[in-house]
Amino acid sequence: MSAPQTMFEKVWNNHLVASPEGEPPLIYIDLQLVHEVTSPQAFDGLRLAGRKLRRPDRHIATVDHNVPTTSAEDRLHILDQTSAAQVNALRKNCKEFGIEFFDVQDASQGIVHMIGPELGATKPGMTIVCGDSHTSTHGAFGALAFGIGTSEVEHVMATQTLPQSKPKTFRITVDGTLPYGVTAKDIILHIIGLIGTDGATGYAVEYAGSAIRALSMEGRMTICNMSIEAGARAGMIAPDETTFAYLMGRRFSPTGKAWDEAVAHWKTLPTDEGAVFDRELHIDAAEITPTVSWGTSPGMVTSIEGKVPSPDDATNEIDRKGYERALEYMGLKAGTPIEQINIDRVFLGSCTNGRIEDLRAAAQIVKGRHVASTVSAMVVPGSQAVKKQAEEEGLDKIFKDAGFEWREPGCSMCLGMNPDILSPGERCASTSNRNFEGRQGRGGRTHLVSPQMAAAAAIAGHFTDVRNWPNNGGKN
Amino acid sequence: MQPFTRITSIAVPLDRANVDTDQIIPKQFLKRIERTGYGEFLFFDWRYELDVPDSVMPNPEFVMNAPQYKGAEILLAGKNFGCGSSREHAAWALSDYGFRAVIAPTFADIFFSNAGKNGIGLARLTDDEVNTLMQRAKTPGYQVTVDLEAQTVTDAQGFKARFEIDPFRKECLLNGLDDIGLTLRHGEALDKFEAKHDNEFWSAPKTATA
Ligand code: SF4
Repeated sequence: MSAPQTMFEKVWNNHLVASPEGEPPLIYIDLQLVHEVTSPQAFDGLRLAGRKLRRPDRHIATVDHNVPTTSAEDRLHILDQTSAAQVNALRKNCKEFGIEFFDVQDASQGIVHMIGPELGATKPGMTIVCGDSHTSTHGAFGALAFGIGTSEVEHVMATQTLPQSKPKTFRITVDGTLPYGVTAKDIILHIIGLIGTDGATGYAVEYAGSAIRALSMEGRMTICNMSIEAGARAGMIAPDETTFAYLMGRRFSPTGKAWDEAVAHWKTLPTDEGAVFDRELHIDAAEITPTVSWGTSPGMVTSIEGKVPSPDDATNEIDRKGYERALEYMGLKAGTPIEQINIDRVFLGSCTNGRIEDLRAAAQIVKGRHVASTVSAMVVPGSQAVKKQAEEEGLDKIFKDAGFEWREPGCSMCLGMNPDILSPGERCASTSNRNFEGRQGRGGRTHLVSPQMAAAAAIAGHFTDVRNWPNNGGKN
Repeated sequence: MQPFTRITSIAVPLDRANVDTDQIIPKQFLKRIERTGYGEFLFFDWRYELDVPDSVMPNPEFVMNAPQYKGAEILLAGKNFGCGSSREHAAWALSDYGFRAVIAPTFADIFFSNAGKNGIGLARLTDDEVNTLMQRAKTPGYQVTVDLEAQTVTDAQGFKARFEIDPFRKECLLNGLDDIGLTLRHGEALDKFEAKHDNEFWSAPKTATA
């Protein structure tokens, strides 16, 4: 009998092409997702070197980062010339190299990390890469998925492999039942708050425990998505019945006998009893509260019950300086209760929280209420499929009646490459994943929260504890 | 790729931890389809005045704008440098501006790899060592040497620290080796693996039949 293995090791070993002496191992990549921002230079590199794209069938492309979300019409005629050039370059490159491309108006278009799972292209046990750090999202299916730079994108295009040093393994176990009003987003923000933004650097993280098992695929994707915010190379969750139920019947999912055989393979993937991780962390789900970021890194978080910390709370000189800078940038005074922070904007969307379940949960809070007069709020579904589904369920109407803008799918204000940006000094409750200085617009101030917390803040005009809000079903 | 061997230069002390790639090169400059021309946008939000939107008035407070650091090829920074987005534009911007090496206590994973692929030397020193260099770098004209062959960082005042680097990565940097070319040496193993792997239908993103 072979030694017990972690899920990461199994997937890694299944993809090992070569382990040359004195070089990093070469691993096979099953799927590369391509978008407009990090690919043009890679395609150019291929052309310059006269290389072919080895496996077009293992590539899928879409446009997400800089497409306008205002209207279907605006998307077809992008005003910003440089954005338009990037979108056109991808169109042209996909044609030239034979990659299946989901264009702006395609029913399958969306944020690249949304459409992989929606199409059933993302499946357990695969290796998946993309020139985008939130590729870790796909790990929710028990895939090994990680973000890469453009040179590596080109490398995968040319060889369908990557030389990769093997990361260490880190298991984070969250046991217990999530309290009412606490979501997957709060779990991951809480974890990053505990271990820091470099707390998992060099590791592939596996999230385990009863609280993780109880999550839907949407919730699991939210968690894996933000693994990179703790510095992790990848985040993974073992596939189970929830995973299989999600994948069944999707466009690229196997059918018939192939489905049964695939499921049989997927069932071999979870970590063996007794397998050893390089590092372990245990968290009690009952301790987690609705969480809000107060600073300029995703590790600067606190509970909704908490206060803006003081630089004196920092445990070392580096953090102290970081706190001072962050408070200044965020325009916050130490000691201010989080619930007293007023907001100007609300952004509901992104590859972290732009899924149907996120919109349902937010709609539940919003229904029959109205956005505060001082706030402007928008919902940007993560994909065409989510938008369609939400409209069929009447969620768009709930949001619009409450004073939210209802947009076309894309990354939008998550990074503000398209026209959706914050003005200097504007404060935003955002369901996205990064609160870096200027992330949502130069001088803009971002607070990361769950969809429910963002929705409640939109109504109240300031952060508020969603656990006290009636109508909230406490769902994730 | 441009090889990296040894450089001696003025060093800019950027005394901040967790400098993320959104700061190194903000998103509005990611729309170009070339690999060059990012240098003027490096650290854009810090480097230029905020008051006028998208202004190009240098911010005198920002360390890189001090005349004494003109022409610097080495950047000193706090821990976890290059965290956040995977954008290789961050490495392109550093290198296009003229930085050939960055010295910090730690680097984020993806940035570490991106920098290597663009011939930027990264040296991991201890917090104390980086602090010492930051202090000394305040003196105009002060220079630091990064020597990849010897794996050392030194100065004329007797500072000497060794940094670790994976031997393979070192080899690639010293010789400016092209990764794709290196991988293609394993073409035979790849063909063999792929033929077998294609039959493992769970690995196919799109085919739905066994
Ligand atoms: S939604 Fe935001 S984090 Fe996700 S891929 Fe788009 S820009 Fe990146």
